[in-house]
Order: sequence, then C-alpha cells, then structure tokens
Amino acid sequence: MFLYVLRRLAIAIPTLLLVSVMVFGLLKFLPGDPALALAGEERDPAVIEFLRQKYSLDQPLYIQYGKWLGGIVQGDFGTSIRTRLPIGDMIAEKLPVTIQLSVMAMLIALVIGLPAGIVAALRRGTATDYGVTIFGLLGLSVPSFWLGIMLILFFAVRLGWLPSGGYVNFLQSPIDNLEYTLLPSLVLGTAAAAIVMRHTRSSMLLVLKQDYVRTARAKGLKERIVVIRHVLRNGLVPVVTMSTLHLGELLSGAVLTEQVFGIPGFGKMVVDGVFSRDYAVVQAVVLCSAAMFLLMNLIADIAYVILSPRLRG
Amino acid sequence: MSTTKATLMSPAAAGSRPSTLRRCLNHPGTIIGGGIVIFFVLVAIFAPLIAPYEPNTSNWLAIRQAPSALHWFGTDDLGRDILSRVIFGARASLLVGLVSVAIAIAVGVPLGLIAGYVGGFTDMAISRCTDALLACPFLVLAIAFAAFLGASLQNAMIAIGISAMPIFVRLTRGQVLAVRNEDYIAAARLLGVPNVKIMLAYVMPNVLAPIVVQATITMATAVLAEASLAFLGLGQRPPAPSWGTMLDVARQFLTQASWMAIWPGFAIITLVMGFNLLGDGLNDALDPRDD
Repeated sequence: MFLYVLRRLAIAIPTLLLVSVMVFGLLKFLPGDPALALAGEERDPAVIEFLRQKYSLDQPLYIQYGKWLGGIVQGDFGTSIRTRLPIGDMIAEKLPVTIQLSVMAMLIALVIGLPAGIVAALRRGTATDYGVTIFGLLGLSVPSFWLGIMLILFFAVRLGWLPSGGYVNFLQSPIDNLEYTLLPSLVLGTAAAAIVMRHTRSSMLLVLKQDYVRTARAKGLKERIVVIRHVLRNGLVPVVTMSTLHLGELLSGAVLTEQVFGIPGFGKMVVDGVFSRDYAVVQAVVLCSAAMFLLMNLIADIAYVILSPRLRG
Repeated sequence: MSTTKATLMSPAAAGSRPSTLRRCLNHPGTIIGGGIVIFFVLVAIFAPLIAPYEPNTSNWLAIRQAPSALHWFGTDDLGRDILSRVIFGARASLLVGLVSVAIAIAVGVPLGLIAGYVGGFTDMAISRCTDALLACPFLVLAIAFAAFLGASLQNAMIAIGISAMPIFVRLTRGQVLAVRNEDYIAAARLLGVPNVKIMLAYVMPNVLAPIVVQATITMATAVLAEASLAFLGLGQRPPAPSWGTMLDVARQFLTQASWMAIWPGFAIITLVMGFNLLGDGLNDALDPRDD
C-alpha cells in the first residue's frame, strides 16, 4: 500500500513540475517587459533596473525559473501587480471560500445523484429511469452561468428569499454565509449531481449483469440483500473514485459561478487576474489548481485500492 | 456485387458492418440528438432566410419589449429582435464547436498515434505533457489562452481547441496500445509496410470509433466553453450575436427584462443536449462490448 502511494506520487510530482514549466513558459512568451509592468506608472530607468535585478529578470531563464519555483516551494508566489498583495496571502484567503463551495456542491450532488442513479439502475427501462436519465442530460447541458442567473431571478429577484450575490465569511456570520453560498453551491451541485447520477447508474448496471449477482440471486438471497451486499458494494467503488476526481475539478473550476454570484473565490481570482493582465496571479492559480487536481487524483487512486481488495496485492 | 463481397467476408465482419449503422439508427438518443444538431445546423446555414429581423439593427422604438406577436422572443436593450439574434447566434456556437474540435483532433490524434505506436522516449514525452495539460482545469486553460491571444471568435476557437486537445492524445494513445500487438500489425511490419502507412491504414481505422464518440461529446463541451468565454467577454465581439454575450448583457436587465436571459440559455441547453444525446447514442451503438 505504502509502496503504491509512493509510486503514484512518483508520477504526480513530475507532472506538477511540468505544469510549472508550462505555466512559467506561458508568462515568458508574453510580449512586453515584465519589469516595466512591475514599475507601473514609474518611468525612472533606475527604478526599472532595480526591479529587474530584484526579480532576477536580467538572469538566464533557467535561473529565473529556479528562483521562482524555489519561492513557490516556500509559499512565496510573488506579488500581485493589481492588488500589490503577496499572492500567497490572496490564495490563503480565497481558497477556503472555494473549498467550502466545492464541498457543499459535492454534498448536494451525492444526496441527489446517488439515490437517483441507484433507483434508475434498479428500475431500468421504467419511467423513473427515463426521468432520471433526462435530468442527468439536462444537468450536463445547462451552462452554469445561465442556471445561476435563473436561480437569482427566481429566488432573489422574484421571491426575495436569498441574496443575489456577494459573500460573508463563515466565521463572521455562519447563517449569512450559508444564505450567500446556497445558490452557487446549488448551481455547481446540479452539474455534479448529473455526473454522479450517470456514473452510479452505469456502474450499477454493469454490476447487475455480473455472474456473482446471478449466483447470489440463485442462492435464494432476498433482492434487498443482493442489492445492498453485492451490487452496491461493488457498484459504488467507481462512483467514489469519480466523485473524488470531480471534487478536484470543482476546486479549480467554479470560475463562472463565482463570477455570476460575485463570490471572492479561486475562480474569480483567476478571471480578475486575466482581465487585469496580472499574470503572476494566473500562474499561481493554475499551478495550485493543477496541484489540487493531482492530489485528488492521488486520493481517488488510493481510495480505489482500499475499496477493491483485489488490487491491493 | 454486394452479395459477392458479403460471402468473401468472415461471418462476423459481414454481420457487424450493417448492424453498426442500424444500431445507430435504432437508438433513440442518436435520432433525437442527431435531429437537434441537424436542426441547429440548418438554422445556422439559413439564418438570413429564417430570421424575421436584421440581428444587429437597433430599433429605438422597441427597446426591451416583452415577447409579442411582432417579436416572439421579445427585444433587447437596443431594441434588437432576440429571436433573430438567437438564430444568428447559432452560427458562432456551431462554428467555434466545429473548428475547435477539428483543431483538437488534428493535433491530438496524430500525437496520440505517434506516442502509442513509436513508444519509448517519444511516448513518455508526449504522455507526460498530456498529463500536465489535463491537470490544468479545462475552462481556466481556455480562458488563459483566450486572454493571451486576445478576445475574438477566431482566438476562442484556438483556445478551446488547444484546451480540448490532450483528451484526444490520451484516448488515441490508449486505443493504439490496445491494437499495437495484434497479429495483423506484426504481419504488416514483417511485410515491410512503412510505419506511416501502418499507422494510417491499419491502426487508425481501429481507433476511429471512440474518437468519433469523443469528438461528439467534445462538441458539447466546446459549445459550452464558447458561451462561457463570450459571457466573460473573451469570445465573439459585439455587436455580432453570440448566445454567451447575449446572456452577459441580459444579466444587467434581469429585473426589467428577464426574457433577454431566458431564450439564449434555452438555445445553449438544447444544442449542448443534442450533442450529448448523440454522443451517448453513438457510444452505445459503437461499443463492441454491449451486444
């Protein structure tokens, strides 16, 4: 098991390093002098020269990359051109917001998607199955920002039950925080629920066809026991893996939802960074997203091995 | 002619060929999804003939009018007919979908073929880069590329195409690995068939089916991504209509003119669902395991 984790890490770390090279390279291909960008309004050549030396912009690329990566390993992502704040602090502030949204969305997805997928598979070909399948397709096809706008229109504008956008820190006021995060997590949760549901259904259908299920039925086991002990236990393993992977995507991908609801999370940080040409921020966010994605991949792999003993060997 | 051909083929091959097409045609998903896609393609092609109004012409006497007999979907903040703009918006969505998927396939499939067929260091280099790209979130990648290239419809296509490319590399490589050690490949090699010809004539046909399925599903993703980029102001430049830009504008008039937000959204959902249904249907029909 320990060796297995090590082996997976041995794949994940070079991948992350490669991401860092690509992210670093993208910035270097940009037209314009980064020292000038850092200087902002300042046009004094001495200042620009000072900045160039301070940020090692006069050094060869591989040394710049080494210093940049060395800083990141120690938590120093550089400074945002727009906010003038250390990017590491910005991440520390925004990441918890996105994590909260992602976890809430995943909970909604599991609460809706799991039972729906299981029922659809057990009642294959019935009206229930078709209903669930259509919901799954709709959930996959709805643009998150449109669903967000519609929910705002209904719950905030028409009914006035929930705020239409903004954010309050959980520690300041837990109830306000939930009011502000409910609609966005519902938007993210709908798409996630569709994915969970589709995977649950197809995985269950695959297991229902297996010989051991037939054997269990032939033994005269009650259908409920067959389903719980044999079908669910095996059918849900891929669902756990997939849900973990999707959580990884949620953690980095709530760009539009955060934009629509004005939530100051990771996604909004990257969009703001893109529009204000604050590329150090974009670099940092892409790198962090990739790291989280790879981490969730690793967790999914480990969970898969733990849950399916055949692979443990 | 056809009878002699059929007798020459092995029974399995003879049986499977017509049944693939028939299975596609018998699948409700393929029919409905394909129908939706064809409908939108026709709408896009014949937009000037169908649209009741000029999509970009403002009418200051008809600003933000609710749906009526004159304007079925209502009018927007500049008095433009929303139905006409939704009809013309299909062009941007389908064009970006088609071109970006074509870019993704044109770059990704050859890379996957080479990685899987050549193996060794080449494979490792290509695969690791693919892994790295896949670790970056799709939309963030597309946004970063689009911003880097500058906002335009053309650059949105390139940005989405590059972001969607790695999935085709991985898929093709996996398929090639599955057939690489088959006897007929070894036989072709022994006969001295050049590598490029083996790849194109012997390996490629076997990896085509999953690529077609993936391309269909990626069209859905690309249409969504186009709408997302346009929504953020990184796609089609105004005043040319795009469903994403229409939604971005509509957001400012939610309380006064909710119809502005509803129709472009329905158009996106329907088209994306069409591609998803078609992809699901093709997947079922082309999957050899499921008999």
